[in-house]
Amino acid sequence: MTLSELPRNTPAVVVGVQDVSAGDPIAVRLRELGFVAGEPVRVTAQGPAGREPLLVQIGYTRFALRRAEAARVSVKLAEAQA
Amino acid sequence: MSEAALRIALVGNPNCGKTALFNRLTGSRQKVANYAGVTVERKEGRFAAPSGRHIQVLDLPGAYSLAATSPDEAVTRDVCLGRFEGEARPDLLVCVVDATNLRLHLRFVLELQRLGLPMLLTLNMCDAAERRGIRIDVAKLQEGLGIPVVQTVAVRRNGAEALVKQLDGQMPPLPAPLPEGADLHAEVSRLLSSAVSVPERTARIDDAIDRVVLHPVFGLAILTVLMFTIFQAVFSWAGPIMDSIDVGAAWLGGALGEAMPEGLLKSLVVDGIVAGLGGVIIFLPQILILFLFILLLEESGYLPRAAFLLDRMMVGAGLTGRSFIPLLSSFACAIPGVMAARTIQDPRDRLATILVAPLMTCSARLPVYALLIAAFIPEQSVGIFNLQGLVLFGLYAAGILSALIVAYVMKWLRRDHSEHSLLLELPSYRLPNPADIAIGLWERASIFLKRVGTLILALSILLWFLSTFPAPPAGATGAAIDYSLAGMIGKWMQPFFAPIGFNWQICIALIPGLAAREVAVSALGTVYALSATVEDPGTTLMPIIASQWSLATALSLLAWYVYAPQCLATLATIRREGGGWRVMAIATGYLFALAYLASFITYQVTLALTS
Repeated sequence: MTLSELPRNTPAVVVGVQDVSAGDPIAVRLRELGFVAGEPVRVTAQGPAGREPLLVQIGYTRFALRRAEAARVSVKLAEAQA
Repeated sequence: MSEAALRIALVGNPNCGKTALFNRLTGSRQKVANYAGVTVERKEGRFAAPSGRHIQVLDLPGAYSLAATSPDEAVTRDVCLGRFEGEARPDLLVCVVDATNLRLHLRFVLELQRLGLPMLLTLNMCDAAERRGIRIDVAKLQEGLGIPVVQTVAVRRNGAEALVKQLDGQMPPLPAPLPEGADLHAEVSRLLSSAVSVPERTARIDDAIDRVVLHPVFGLAILTVLMFTIFQAVFSWAGPIMDSIDVGAAWLGGALGEAMPEGLLKSLVVDGIVAGLGGVIIFLPQILILFLFILLLEESGYLPRAAFLLDRMMVGAGLTGRSFIPLLSSFACAIPGVMAARTIQDPRDRLATILVAPLMTCSARLPVYALLIAAFIPEQSVGIFNLQGLVLFGLYAAGILSALIVAYVMKWLRRDHSEHSLLLELPSYRLPNPADIAIGLWERASIFLKRVGTLILALSILLWFLSTFPAPPAGATGAAIDYSLAGMIGKWMQPFFAPIGFNWQICIALIPGLAAREVAVSALGTVYALSATVEDPGTTLMPIIASQWSLATALSLLAWYVYAPQCLATLATIRREGGGWRVMAIATGYLFALAYLASFITYQVTLALTS
């Protein structure tokens, strides 16, 4: 699933970032900001209108992403910790 | 012979505390200007290390990567590469990272290592890292990166001592870059796992504050209360200080008037310079109070939260959440507002923000509003509100509403359905550091006073000259200004402005208002002061216009100033920032058209209602 579909406060792990066009600058920037395979990620808040933008915790940093940006990031649910 | 100064550049991600470190190193010995050709702010300062070595510090704009996506990041990239014309390549890069945000910031450090410049790493905000239980093995990190690593706390006295000591010693060797194509993120993870232990990924306090501040209901309520408080403060706190400046200017004018012999020189000093400049300096308190709040909100980390809350709504109007900061600054002055728009990466969003920034009521328009409201709007209460206050609020609201409509129309005209990006970092909350706030305010005050001392002084003198010469012919009965150049120009312009109710005195005042809006009031003051005849000696401006202008004219002028296209400095900034004459022409054209239209409607409707 994609980050835009991830329910709030659900721990997940980044699988990858898809380019929507060749050399997609937004995808490039997302990867630079730390959206790379294996990184733990979590959506911690949503904007007041249209549940947008999303507040995303990646690494030690919080970023506000619009849904279209978050849709580039594919994620999988983190395995439950014992 | 003294050796040449060592030139260092501070470089790092946004929110790494770079500017606080710059302030700590250089104190008040800084120069703020623009990079040649672009309006990216260039901050340079210098200090002497204990050995007496002079060190020149350049504070580069924050960047996430050398693959620049904004004008700011492009400047950082070009200066680091030595490609920026007129800017010598630094001798040494001081990479600044936030010790609590190493996962993100170290990646940029690894990228910078490829530049082939000597560099060292500064772990900033070590106090915050310590509080959160983050432990960093400096020796291991130094070994892993192959560059010297020092720890700093930029907001603490002597917090940069380790850095200064390092700069005073041996120049660090060139770093060994990672091979091209190496996975920087993997390398960062390796470094972190060997040298850093982090108990929790986020600060609990940030999470707790964000739960309230970003809450769909409470968050918006807090934002509204905050904005309301700021505007209240701008108007009520500044009042007493402004009154005393006013009294001071009047006293100075009177004292000089008595001390100087009758004649042209006295007229120039009293009517031209003291009246002209006093009318402008009076707004310094309001500008400073507004900037005090903006700086506090910026330093504390709240402003990006406001952008987060408002993003969706602003997208609906064809703007972006990031527009919030430039537009808020525009309430003080559109020039820093337009310049702040450079932090918007998307070029279309940036352009839209730049074009509507002049619609935010800048503090230079306040004098006009204040004068006309006091003269024409009766002081009575409407429910719990004061009518004058409501009118003022209405004028501000008209500006904001117009901006939203204009942005929406532009979006519609572009028929643009492509994607605009946000990608905004929400930094950790921080207590603002008083010294950094003070330096920020001092910067604003000096920019404003420089403007008063140069441009506005020159204009006041020019206007006095135009209003005084040529002298009236012998035996003339009217006021001297009727025969002057300014009088002729005003009367020549008047037919064009007659449909919106402007008389020739207002027309004259509009001309110097082109250079600085606030001058319009002092120009009216000068014009009416020089219009005084023996039978009708001019007193102060307000009673004169209250008796000579119709309500329709006054309201029309108020409406004009909501759009106020006449500010050359803003237009020049728009040209530089927006990339050309075309954008400037569009801005000028639409603002002028809106101003004329709004004034025309206001004047004609009021005339119909009051006659």
